[in-house]
Amino acid sequence: MIDILSFFIFFFIICSFYIISSLGLNIQYGFTGMFNVGIAGFFAVGAYTSAIITGPDYPDTMFGGFELPILLGWICAIVVSGLAGVLVGLVTLRLREDFLAISTFGIAISIQLVALNAESVTRGPNGLYALPKPFSRFLDSAFMSNLCYLIICIVTIVFIYYALERVVKSPWGRVLRSIREDEVAAEALGKNVFLFRLQAFVLGCGIMGLAGAMYANFVRFISPQDFLPIFTIQVYVMLIVGGKGNNLGAIVGAIVIWGLWSASDSLINFIVTPDYQTQAASLRIIIVGMVLVLMLVFRPSGILPEKKHLSS
Amino acid sequence: MIQYFIDGLVSGSIIALGAVGLSIAYNVLRFANFAQGEILAIGAYISMAFIVLMGAGIGSIGPISFGWPLLGSIVFSIAVTSVIVLVVDSVLFRVLRERAASRITFIIAAFGLSLIIRNVITLVAGADQMFLSFYIPRAIPIFGDIKVVPDDIVILVITAICVVSLHSFLSITTMGKKMRAVAENPILAMVNGINVKSVIRWSWVIGASLSAIAGTLHAHVTQLDPEMGFELILPMFAALIVGGVTNVYGAVLGGFLIGLTEAFAVAADLSAYRSAISFLIMIVVLIVRPQGIIGEKERDD
Repeated sequence: MIDILSFFIFFFIICSFYIISSLGLNIQYGFTGMFNVGIAGFFAVGAYTSAIITGPDYPDTMFGGFELPILLGWICAIVVSGLAGVLVGLVTLRLREDFLAISTFGIAISIQLVALNAESVTRGPNGLYALPKPFSRFLDSAFMSNLCYLIICIVTIVFIYYALERVVKSPWGRVLRSIREDEVAAEALGKNVFLFRLQAFVLGCGIMGLAGAMYANFVRFISPQDFLPIFTIQVYVMLIVGGKGNNLGAIVGAIVIWGLWSASDSLINFIVTPDYQTQAASLRIIIVGMVLVLMLVFRPSGILPEKKHLSS
Repeated sequence: MIQYFIDGLVSGSIIALGAVGLSIAYNVLRFANFAQGEILAIGAYISMAFIVLMGAGIGSIGPISFGWPLLGSIVFSIAVTSVIVLVVDSVLFRVLRERAASRITFIIAAFGLSLIIRNVITLVAGADQMFLSFYIPRAIPIFGDIKVVPDDIVILVITAICVVSLHSFLSITTMGKKMRAVAENPILAMVNGINVKSVIRWSWVIGASLSAIAGTLHAHVTQLDPEMGFELILPMFAALIVGGVTNVYGAVLGGFLIGLTEAFAVAADLSAYRSAISFLIMIVVLIVRPQGIIGEKERDD
């Protein structure tokens, strides 16, 4: 019984990182229509920021190991990821949307390269280890500390969800949707399209950074291998399957897709012999890609389509 | 030093040919084709399959290890890659076009497609590196102290032929003119009786053909692996933007610039940051001159 329970706790904690990223993407893509191909990059920035701030002092790094409180690490993660978003946004958000896609793709690759090669800060491919996990000092059982972590995740998700719901229903959120639907009309009504886009983009990047930080302090070990482009695709599949432009959809999509992903993982381990594991892993990614493409073609609005908003 | 310069021109040729495909997709099909790198990879793997099937190696002509089997594989690869790309267009992008999907939907679809192709390649050919041949570049002196690898010259000549043919196609043939008209203004082109569907098909074929050539050349000078397309896509986008997205020759110019910069990054012992350097140049261009070196300011449509 306790085994099953701890499995589900673990499952939902990992799922939380996807849910939070998916909510962050929803404000960018779902509500404002901006295509960010660098989710894995902003997630990585958050993870590394928190790891450097909260992590121990490693003998082979020149910077970091501040061993500061985890909460501070997470706040810094939001700020630094947001700043990365400001940099990308300032350069590309005035141009055609393809440029944002290309630039965010580029920044994700560059972040990966920095993580891999700036060994004096990130320890390169060896990664940062022994990161602190909240409450693990007081709770010696892994079960209890995971349970506490799950509660932290749920509280964070609920907070982000309600905050975003308020935000998208506010006049500010209406401007975002109007930009998505008709940029020229929004501009003609005197809205500074660039500034609104930048704000929404930075907000989304900050949320993704928080997800990354929470991931780092849960798994306690991060390396460049954790932030591959497949993560970006997974989050898109989650948001599009769940329903872009609908925060509840972002959450539901993340749970459904993460459930299927984990189930297929167990299934592959169960039926495929070790010789064919690589092929099986590829097949799984092909299926995720197919789901994305098929959703775009046949049901672009997702499981929970965006609610029709009537302005009063 | 001269060797780095030639290396830069060679990798620049490959980036340039790939970036032309991106440029055509950007201007005629109107989206940033994130699957372009994978089209190069398909081209390379089809050539590999041809060479394995023929069982005659890549052949050689005099000092050039660039024999008829390799040239034959390029022709074969052009044909097969074009067919594959047309099939993908008709099952995916055509459907999105008919639904008048937003540009972002096209980009996401292309991004998903790139992931699918990369993993299909892993599934079919395995994740390990492959080599077209056991070719070892040998430099021969041509001019006093200056030594050149003969194959590098062949690659530059092939690229020059491609660029000249492309220029002739766009400026002389009716289809080329139609393509430019569609790129300029699709609605006006349609009103004037241009069959946009056939223009789109031709655009895919030309992009795929140049990609098949670039992919095979890349495989010849380096190796094949499923990630090759993914590694090439950022330099190609950088080339497109640096040269100027609206101008197909901008992509060629940008390709050579990016290739040279990367070669000198390698010379300066920064090879680990190669992709990041092309990205940095791209960002600088976006800030200073968003339309690129020889591009024109874009009308937003």
